[in-house]
Amino acid sequence: MSLGDSSTPIGKVRGLGSAREGGEHWLTERVTSIALLLLGTWLIASVVLLPDLSQRTFTEWLRAPSGAVPMALLVIIAFKHALDGMKVVVDDYVHDEGNRFATNLVLLFLAGAGGALALFALAKIAFGGQA
Amino acid sequence: MAVSILHRVTGAGLSIVGLAVLTWWLLAVAGGTENYAQFLSAATHPVGLVVLVGLTWAFFQHLLSGIRHLVMDTGAGFELRTNKRFAVLTVVGAVLLTAVLWAYLLGVIA
Repeated sequence: MSLGDSSTPIGKVRGLGSAREGGEHWLTERVTSIALLLLGTWLIASVVLLPDLSQRTFTEWLRAPSGAVPMALLVIIAFKHALDGMKVVVDDYVHDEGNRFATNLVLLFLAGAGGALALFALAKIAFGGQA
Repeated sequence: MAVSILHRVTGAGLSIVGLAVLTWWLLAVAGGTENYAQFLSAATHPVGLVVLVGLTWAFFQHLLSGIRHLVMDTGAGFELRTNKRFAVLTVVGAVLLTAVLWAYLLGVIA
């Protein structure tokens, strides 16, 4: 408020307007949501159609490309969508700029580590020896 | 309003608990029979079942209210009655889908 009332309308909004980014984030959230709509339905349908829920059955399922590839896509896109969504929540509720940056950084690292771990497990199933 | 908050809450739950369980499950399958038996005993423990049923419900709720948001992104469905009906449908649909899926899954496990 240091500018007082002497500032012009344009002076008041300068630097507060569009950062010319964010559209990409918004669109990515939607695109990944549609992908997850398909992959999530695929996951549930697949589990329901499997003959049983044993480790052996899951391994055979995820060893075939028809299981491993959609599952890899699901993992990558789910972690990306979760990160994008959590960022919106954090940006809305964490007001202090420093805390917001730190929280988003922690979430980014968690998503990266979690996604890598899940992909590692999937690769181990798909390329590993006989279970 | 309420359904919009539900979308956020279920989204946050799926992001944190859901992805943790998905990763744990993949690691358990990768870890072999004994590892998987440990996962299964945790998953079929009453607390584990509550968490899994909760996650399934959160998934369906987030999926259905997500579809609602995609429709609303196009500018459609803002009339008060349509909007409310759609919102109520997502809640009813999520509970129904969860019930149907678990009726089937519990039949397989038992």
